[in-house]
Amino acid sequence: MLEARQLTKEYQSGDHRIAVLRDVSFAIPEGAFVAIVGPSGSGKTTLLGLLAGLDLPTTGSVLIAGDDLGKLSEDRRAQLRGAKVGFVFQSFQLIPTLTALENVQVPLELRGDDGAPARARELLARVGLGDRAHHFPNQLSGGEQQRVAIARAFSNSPRLLFADEPTGNLDSETGARIVELLETLNRESGTTIVLVTHDLQLARRAQRIIRLADGAVVSDAPSAPAGDRASGPVATSAALEG
Amino acid sequence: MAVRTTQLLRLAWRESRTARRRLLLYMSSISLGVGALVAIDSFASNTQRSVREQARALLGGDISLTTRLPNYPKPVIYALDSLNHEGVKLAQVSTFGSMALVERTGNTRFSQVRAVTELYPLYGEITTSPANQWSRLQQGRYALVDPSLLVALDARVGDTLTLGFARFIIIGTLVNVPGDVAVTSAIGPRIYIPERYLAETSLLAFGSRVEHETVLKLTPQLPPQRFIFRFKSRLEEAQVRYRTAAQTEFNLTEAIDQLRDFLGVIGLVALLLGGIGVASGVNAFVMRKIDTVAILRCLGATSGQVLTIYLLQAAAMGLIGAAAGALLGVVLQLALPNVLADFLPVDVSVSVEPTAVGMGLLVGLWVALVFALRPLVALRNVSPLQTLRRESDAEALRGAKFDPVRVLIALGIVLSIVGLGVARAENPREGLGFSVAIALAIALLFAAASAMSALARRVVRPRWPFVLRQGVASLYRPGNQTRAVVLALGFGVFLMSTVYQVQRNLLRTVSVKVDASRANVVFFDVQDDQGAPLDSLIRAEGYAVVQRTPLVPMKIASINGVSSANIVGDTTRGQRRRAGWAMRREFRSTFRNEIVPSERVVAGKFHTGGTPASTLPAVSVDKGVADDLKLAIGDTIVWDVQGVRVPTRVTSFREVNWTRFEPNFFVVFERRAIEDAPKQFVLLADVRGPNAVARLQRDVVTHFPNVSSLDLTLIQQTVSRVLDRVTAAIRFLAGLSLALGVPVLFSAVSATRRERLREGVLLKVLGATRRQVGRIMLSEYLLLGALGSIVGIVLSIGGAWALMHFVFKQPFVPAVVPALGVALAMIGVSVSIGLLTGRDVFRETPMAALREA
Repeated sequence: MLEARQLTKEYQSGDHRIAVLRDVSFAIPEGAFVAIVGPSGSGKTTLLGLLAGLDLPTTGSVLIAGDDLGKLSEDRRAQLRGAKVGFVFQSFQLIPTLTALENVQVPLELRGDDGAPARARELLARVGLGDRAHHFPNQLSGGEQQRVAIARAFSNSPRLLFADEPTGNLDSETGARIVELLETLNRESGTTIVLVTHDLQLARRAQRIIRLADGAVVSDAPSAPAGDRASGPVATSAALEG
Repeated sequence: MAVRTTQLLRLAWRESRTARRRLLLYMSSISLGVGALVAIDSFASNTQRSVREQARALLGGDISLTTRLPNYPKPVIYALDSLNHEGVKLAQVSTFGSMALVERTGNTRFSQVRAVTELYPLYGEITTSPANQWSRLQQGRYALVDPSLLVALDARVGDTLTLGFARFIIIGTLVNVPGDVAVTSAIGPRIYIPERYLAETSLLAFGSRVEHETVLKLTPQLPPQRFIFRFKSRLEEAQVRYRTAAQTEFNLTEAIDQLRDFLGVIGLVALLLGGIGVASGVNAFVMRKIDTVAILRCLGATSGQVLTIYLLQAAAMGLIGAAAGALLGVVLQLALPNVLADFLPVDVSVSVEPTAVGMGLLVGLWVALVFALRPLVALRNVSPLQTLRRESDAEALRGAKFDPVRVLIALGIVLSIVGLGVARAENPREGLGFSVAIALAIALLFAAASAMSALARRVVRPRWPFVLRQGVASLYRPGNQTRAVVLALGFGVFLMSTVYQVQRNLLRTVSVKVDASRANVVFFDVQDDQGAPLDSLIRAEGYAVVQRTPLVPMKIASINGVSSANIVGDTTRGQRRRAGWAMRREFRSTFRNEIVPSERVVAGKFHTGGTPASTLPAVSVDKGVADDLKLAIGDTIVWDVQGVRVPTRVTSFREVNWTRFEPNFFVVFERRAIEDAPKQFVLLADVRGPNAVARLQRDVVTHFPNVSSLDLTLIQQTVSRVLDRVTAAIRFLAGLSLALGVPVLFSAVSATRRERLREGVLLKVLGATRRQVGRIMLSEYLLLGALGSIVGIVLSIGGAWALMHFVFKQPFVPAVVPALGVALAMIGVSVSIGLLTGRDVFRETPMAALREA
């Protein structure tokens, strides 16, 4: 479903070149639930941007369902996102001037879908916010806003969903419920989920963990259950968490 | 599934929810400009339509024949008699100036007398007060007068009016005379009398200036063109001028076109300033939308879709702004005829002109969109990455170094400005000239603003108080609105100040002229045998006669041996041809052997007398006339002085200062040439003392009824009153210029609102008191205001100088006080708007503001 091939990303800073990502490669099959973890500064946000086609790598390539993102124009990538990719952000990123229902409709409307309102209502009900459809984001709590964002992310039946620190702005209880929701949707719809986080606890809810440190993949293994302090790369990363 | 425009429209509408009011405010910058253009165009259309409808009433007939000869030549009289048999109706009016005396009060006033025959006017209606007195006029020795005359003479309806040697009873005042421009009645109030008593007045003596006009109402069998064809040669030979209603209509509509062009310039400038306001405001709007755009891009929107959404919002608001402007224009259009009524020869019937409104709407919308596009296209550069990691506004909007779309839009803006200028101008050159002038002014303002920004950065010193440093820093900080604010302010100041400078200078010239003369009363139409007696009378009453100037009417008979008829008929000489008007006109010349202060010899040598009788006497000719007549020093001119041929030689050219209020002459003869010719006199007297002038005038009229006199101080007062009306109109325009700047300024200033809010709040968090924050804001706006005003005033002095030098050809002295006044007003406006938009900084707690920002 999602493939990264020798991704590197460098930036020019003054007269140095800074390498944020170095030779990152991995493949994620369809339907998987994968977490990408690393401390701040490890390059995981940059990696997310490349994987989602929001940015282009310096070298290497990203393939989504077989399409090489590097070969597509900016607008074609946007359309691909609209068709196949969903997003959930740390800061929810809802459009403040639209109601919950209208926010969920946006991806559908951008593709000219006439059935947008009906589908949106269905999705909102699915995330438990059927009665808040006409509220604006500033009238909803953090957890509710994130649920709207998830409903929006699923509105175009994406094959791939990126979640960037989805629980970062939520208290632990709400956060847990959000992750549960993601897991449920992953099982029910078969959408591949890529979760980016610095929270190892959260990461362990995924089936597989890819660890980043200083711009390189340091481990890529199925996740161990919580509380299991194995040695090796996992332990090193845990120590790095501090 | 391709996205439908309706869906994008819906998204655009929904997304605009909180921004609508602000966007509308920015778009309303163009409303004033649209309003001005719609008002001006509608008014011009209304007036032209009224002119077309009333053309015949304006002229008084289908055709008007005029001559300044004492009588029509016989061929013309025969022709007119024959027309009577063909069913053509005729009416005559003879117009001349004369003193009017009311015996009861003893007051006199120089007036314009019109002696009319029975059928006058052939078209239109003259209304009077009391009503229907016009039909009575011919029934006796009656007169109908301008109400201003009654005031001037302290008279009433029923009083007896003396004109020359005849007496008339005033039976009413004039309310409306078609074709008359009301403001001229202030200069010479009108008196209508029946034509058959004209001879009784004995006013049409030797040398009087009178215009005889015959108006004709033609028949279907003899339309105007056929009439002209039949009589043209006879009329031209007899030096009778003819005009048709169509020509009158044409002349007037042309004049109205020119007025519209002139006023339209102001409207266009308003519109352009509005465009700048739109660009400023939309720039701020764009910065607030970066986050939303990033989200949309993540969700699959193409850059085209994003641009469409916000363009639709801008277009909708632009349409509302333009519509509001059009409505304003229609309202203004209702007011304009009242403001300009005194200067118009027609009664303007007001009606909405759909073309003008439509054009105004279209142009307004276009300008709004083209200026809004400039900041809007930057949204294309917003990367979806901003959802993950948000950079500063400026960084997020930055595009490639060379963006062809931005260049295209800039080109579009320039072409739009030029296109608008050319489309509204009389000819492409004028339009281009206007566009260039505007562009120059804007470029200068821009350059000045940029220079000041750069200077501010360099000039700031660490030891300055913090408040001042912050204020100065605001001039060059990233995302500063210095240029837009200076442009808006500077332009408003430039317009207003230029208007005041020119007005002051023009008024100065007028008042200086009148003060310079020592005399304050002029007597004219003084016959040859009245010269000495009048002189004695004036001296006897204890006043000084400053000047007694003789006046001899004459025409040119031949130049260098070639008769005037041959010269006029000679079509072969082309550019070297002697001007026809000069050859045919009547010259009123004087004789003296010395030069007077208002003249300056520029070629040859002025005659001083003492030349032997055998040589040709000398004449000195005004330079302008000499050029028109293609004269050279040494040429011989033979003059026809009342039938007597007087040969002369041209020995000098003079430059005459015609603006001085003294008798000035095109041709000055050596004394001996025409000393004994039949002449008139003009006397200038210095009459001081309360009511002295009125008393003297009355005495003169009693002894010499045909002698007219003018009180110069009265003239000055009248001229001032007329100028006051003009000044009022100018002040209105100046006020409009100031009003133009305000919404633009508002847009520009509120564009930086978020930044300032954040900054102010941060300062408060760091410990600044509200007073300190307030003083920083004050210093920022004081500086901006001062900057804009200074630049605007410097530009205005340049502009006013150019106008005075090239257009009015008068000296220029900068008027400091009005300039300072305008500057202070603008600074006040700038500070008020700044503090007004920034008041949130004072109102909210730091926490609330931070959350909101």
